[in-house]
Amino acid sequence: MSPWNFFLDHRSEILSATLDHLTLVVISMAFAIAIAVPLGMLIVQHRHLRAIALGVASVFQTIPSLALFGFLIPIPFIGGIGRRTAIVALVLYALLPILRNTYVGLTGIDPAILEAAEAMGMTSTQVLLRVRLPLALSVILAGIRTATVITIGVATIAAAIGAGGLGTFIFRGVAMVNDSVILAGAVPAALLAIFADLLLGLLERRLKVA
Amino acid sequence: MNAKLAAPSDVAIEFRDVHYHINDIPDRAIVSNISLTISRGETLVLLGRSGSGKTTLLRLINRMLLPSQGQVLVQGRATTGYDPIRLRRSIGYVIQEAGLFPHFTVAENVGLVPTLENWDASHIAARVEELLLLVGLAPAEFATRPPRELSGGQRQRVGVARALAADPPILLMDEPFGALDPVTRAELQREFSALARRLNKTIVFVTHDVREALLLASRIALLHAGQLVAFAPPQDFLRLDHPEVHAFTASLAVSNGVSP
Repeated sequence: MSPWNFFLDHRSEILSATLDHLTLVVISMAFAIAIAVPLGMLIVQHRHLRAIALGVASVFQTIPSLALFGFLIPIPFIGGIGRRTAIVALVLYALLPILRNTYVGLTGIDPAILEAAEAMGMTSTQVLLRVRLPLALSVILAGIRTATVITIGVATIAAAIGAGGLGTFIFRGVAMVNDSVILAGAVPAALLAIFADLLLGLLERRLKVA
Repeated sequence: MNAKLAAPSDVAIEFRDVHYHINDIPDRAIVSNISLTISRGETLVLLGRSGSGKTTLLRLINRMLLPSQGQVLVQGRATTGYDPIRLRRSIGYVIQEAGLFPHFTVAENVGLVPTLENWDASHIAARVEELLLLVGLAPAEFATRPPRELSGGQRQRVGVARALAADPPILLMDEPFGALDPVTRAELQREFSALARRLNKTIVFVTHDVREALLLASRIALLHAGQLVAFAPPQDFLRLDHPEVHAFTASLAVSNGVSP
């Protein structure tokens, strides 16, 4: 059976796996952003936390994704088999690009602008929210974009611990030695990544302040 | 006739034996032994080479820095006795390259301190328009534009308007015209000199350009290696007998000789 015919025959199954996949990515990204952006803001103000936060986030990223899923399975509450564990792993994986870009964006601002802000009598909170954050937005978004693309990719591996998504087809296809089944998972996953990248790239350019 | 030097009510800013050094390392002083009185309404120019401590003195006035020793008094009160935010909002500040906020329009830049002070919107709009006219920018043409669409000279005008927004009695200017081309620079210096006379503000102006100092100053304070080495009105300044004054007058002679 050609990949195209397989695709047509299983389109509703593929669609539902794509939606599962997307849900996994969206939930994970929401958590990752909610953690990494405020943490990035925090480490701009607190120097001693900086090395620790960036270091820990880097460590998560160096662990191979399959190993990270494996490590989490025996851990109580957050671990086990299934979607919750997968989301925890994906969040840990997405932290570094967002955290790093948030920090770089917030600190890479023209010192003359920050000096003016301080001299005008802005409080440090006002400097952060009215100057640093709006000027860092496109850099932060670039981090979110990188993290999203990584998460879409890594989420295919989450199928190995029973989280569902497009990885289910890939793993099944590998086991069956059937290219059509592999492609039914791989092609939509690749398309998702490409579209997410394009869309977020577009948004990033719109938010950029010259 | 010398009322300028007399009554304390005429004093806007005073440095009392001020030292400033980083991280409590007294032998690495940035400025030391500074005693200086700045009168209300005068334009005091802090002149000196790069690294002579000019900008440090400026930042001591609006409490961006606190003296390591001695006191800086603003309107008769030590800067340590002010809330830094309140103090800074009552002192205008203009820097080189203007330091405008690129994500704000010209109007939002100019109206920044009034916005922080929660003026109502119509009051801010009226004030912004008034200020843009004051610095020679047509409000209809410039108010809604982002700073990146402006020339260097126009940006610097916006910087001056922004500093004046809440009508502060004191204006601090850190080489405001330093990054401009010579023609624009001379134009802004002339206009600013006229504006300064009209506004009757106490202005502390930092520059390394002796010509600019002579043009704008009511008095010139010359700094060298963190010390105040000369203090005189412009007409007397060139006659002072100090090696650093000679160095600056020599630079003037050279540039006069070269220019047509």
